[in-house]
Amino acid sequence: MNNSEEGFFFLTGKDFTNAGVASSNLKGVLERRGVRQDIVRRTAIAAFEAEMNVIIYAVAGTMKYRITDTEISVTIQDMGQGIPNIELAMTEGYSTAPDYIREMGFGSGMGLPNIKKSTDSLLVNSVVGEGTTLEFLIRLKSGDKEQA
Amino acid sequence: MNLQEIVNSLALEVKTPELDLNREVTGGYVSDLLSDVMGNTYQGNVWVTLQIHLNIVAVASLKGLSGIILVNDRKPDGDTMKKAVAEDIPIMTSPLPTFELVGRLYALGLRCR
Repeated sequence: MNNSEEGFFFLTGKDFTNAGVASSNLKGVLERRGVRQDIVRRTAIAAFEAEMNVIIYAVAGTMKYRITDTEISVTIQDMGQGIPNIELAMTEGYSTAPDYIREMGFGSGMGLPNIKKSTDSLLVNSVVGEGTTLEFLIRLKSGDKEQA
Repeated sequence: MNLQEIVNSLALEVKTPELDLNREVTGGYVSDLLSDVMGNTYQGNVWVTLQIHLNIVAVASLKGLSGIILVNDRKPDGDTMKKAVAEDIPIMTSPLPTFELVGRLYALGLRCR
């Protein structure tokens, strides 16, 4: 029996009221499937950081997920400003967030590094002026990637 | 340790009286950076912060935190309290500054774990 499941959520730029709802729903899906708690935790971290990046930097985007018996894959695609230098963006502490975002406690330059730490693989594709696609994968039967 | 005991011991003001405070607190964490909290807290931790906007509730809910304590008598936004009740995340406030409040939590036996 094919036990895979997929779905997607819309994300709206600057909609801080609903920020986190997509990640929270994804977390609910994983919990209902009985996914191991540490894996749910890592997925929630990565999904939330990716979702916030869309809310903060992009006009709009989508979060798609696919869960199989062996892995969770999540793709976040946005129409946004794009990332000119991905390597720099992956550096802990580097951020281009405006002041009002930082005052909210976002934009500390930990988002992409947090996603990388929490996932088994991460792909970032970005075109400046068009948008960014971020795809991460978490194996359901992986050992102990890290405790975050 | 139980959240209700912490509320009583530190005379915290509960901003979400609708919610049951009889829940286990596993440890504590202090940060005003949301990514830091996402990355470094554990389920059941109580979170001390001065952030008052509603996204703190999303973070606490995603991480399964036991509650949020706002320092320096900071008042949560109206939307924050509504969302906190909806997501079952108790919010408390204290007139103490962060240093003082965390010192008392530590003295009660809470640790970062």
